[in-house]
Amino acid sequence: MVLVSDRPADERRSTTRVLPPVEARKLTKVPFVEMADGRLQGVVSSGSDPARVYVSSIGAAEHGLGCSTNNNRPCGGLGGRWACNHIKAMVDEAVKQYGPERVGRFLGVEADEVSTGRDLLDRINGTASSTPAAVVFARFLRHLTYLELPSTSGPIPELHWFPATGGAV
Amino acid sequence: MLATQLAALTETREGLTETLAVVDGFDDALVHGLSRLGAAQSAALAALASAVAVTPLGDRVNEAVEKISAGSIGDEHLAALAAARSALLGAVHDELITGLDTALGRTRTAWTEGATPAEAIRSPRGAARAWLAELAITGWRGVEHELVSGAAQAIDGLLADPASRRLAVLLDGLAAELRASSPVATAELVPIRRWADLWTRAVLLAQDSWTPAATAETVTGRLLILGVDLHEHPTAVQAEVHAVLETPGGPTRLVRTAVSATKVDTVVGPAVWKLFTAYPVLIAALAERRSVEITDMPLLDGGDLYWIDGQAVAGAPAEPFATARVQLAEAAAPATQPLDRHPARIGELVLVEGYQLTKGDGYVAFAIGDDAIVVDTDRLPAAGPLTWNLVVASTACIGLLRWDAGTWTLQPLALQAIVKKKPAEAHTADWAQGPTDPKVVKAAARAGDAVAVLRERAGRLLRK
Repeated sequence: MVLVSDRPADERRSTTRVLPPVEARKLTKVPFVEMADGRLQGVVSSGSDPARVYVSSIGAAEHGLGCSTNNNRPCGGLGGRWACNHIKAMVDEAVKQYGPERVGRFLGVEADEVSTGRDLLDRINGTASSTPAAVVFARFLRHLTYLELPSTSGPIPELHWFPATGGAV
Repeated sequence: MLATQLAALTETREGLTETLAVVDGFDDALVHGLSRLGAAQSAALAALASAVAVTPLGDRVNEAVEKISAGSIGDEHLAALAAARSALLGAVHDELITGLDTALGRTRTAWTEGATPAEAIRSPRGAARAWLAELAITGWRGVEHELVSGAAQAIDGLLADPASRRLAVLLDGLAAELRASSPVATAELVPIRRWADLWTRAVLLAQDSWTPAATAETVTGRLLILGVDLHEHPTAVQAEVHAVLETPGGPTRLVRTAVSATKVDTVVGPAVWKLFTAYPVLIAALAERRSVEITDMPLLDGGDLYWIDGQAVAGAPAEPFATARVQLAEAAAPATQPLDRHPARIGELVLVEGYQLTKGDGYVAFAIGDDAIVVDTDRLPAAGPLTWNLVVASTACIGLLRWDAGTWTLQPLALQAIVKKKPAEAHTADWAQGPTDPKVVKAAARAGDAVAVLRERAGRLLRK
């Protein structure tokens, strides 16, 4: 009888899980947040104008804080070392979606002391810097196109390498 | 599945260890990168070439290894290496399927090329080949954000054309893992076999000569659904339905039919079912556990029905466990498409009951006679009602036999159980029209409708 403990290490398995599952969260305030291109970056809905969004980011290495509208108008709330409400909202939602460990590791913050977005920002000594709003916004628009593509019939056998997981106990 | 069948299934098959050792050697070379081969990598490539030397691939692989060793790496050389690795794993697949068919007494249709070839793919795949070549030359250990970002351009060109969706979805899945692991040089885990699998398949799909599966025949008859296997990565979801197909005057056979959609990573759990609104008949049949009458539906040459919802009508309620008990043993299984042959593709439907539960540290197994099969409890999707607790309380299971790294496991698709002294039953697709568990309904309401929120945003921002 072969048991789990006899299994070879994860590196010699075809279905080793690489990406931890992400948690469902409300998307109204922060429709998009990702860890890519060396930044925690996202898109935050404006509280006052439904047609406007802010693009916020924190550099993974230098912790530079950036926030502006998608038309590159700087965010009035961001000044000096203080994160604006958009950045705070983005970090909160990133923690909900990816978990504090993953976000903490990405920003180089000791993960075991961190459980909320506030904890993370408290441990970051960032200064205001510019954010490549156009690049991040383009990534968000590309992200949205995935919901616009038609669904398809016919097998995609390669998805056998990507089982759906995350069932409750 | 009987005790004798399980005992036969778990018997060691000859040649697997040796074959996989050659594969491992090549996979290690991909970790290192093909641009500057050391002694170990050169030996691994030579071993790969010699393993396929007597096959029709022999000369091309040999030439590829010579050129790469001399530092000249062309697309055709990488294609030859991918073909060689794929052939070895195809042989492992065949050996495992032969063993499985013998153990279970399963009849399998012999492979025949489909009569009506599929339309060739029109979208150019050069950008995909270039990115894959860049990965192989660099090696996994050298992968950083910038190299991963290069995938987007290749993927964008492929997503628009449904015929090349397969390659796009695969590249997206691989790129997401590489991005999350970047820089790979400092990553805790390099999934060596997995990434080599995905790279190899992508190289084959990216060849201009590759064409989608052909249509073998069109079929009219009744589908009795047995279970649903759900697949998901950040930007794709696929529901693969396993069913028995009854055709007038024809043999009863096992078929699959798959529908898939692109999505974003924040659409998870039961929300993924909302992406299949283009298939109302299929989704209703899954949620309501009904049979389906199909008319003139194309059956592809690997045993996959090409689902056309307008050619299907929901039929009478059909109990999957009854279908499995009465018809599964007699139904003929399809042969696998030659290029799809890989151990990870194996998912053979079985009915298991009359087992004793064996629990250990983090695993649960079903013991029948002297042997036991481990239940793959990782493969229980958040989109359905199957849970670890239900597995532990179960008395019967419809599931897929899977093989990975030397071990057979059972992935449950449906369970019958005794919960609070009452019989209970759950299937992966029970929530296809929305969750039925009040707790899950509440949680979904709290999270809001992700698809609707993002579509609203897309409506405002994309069309400006």
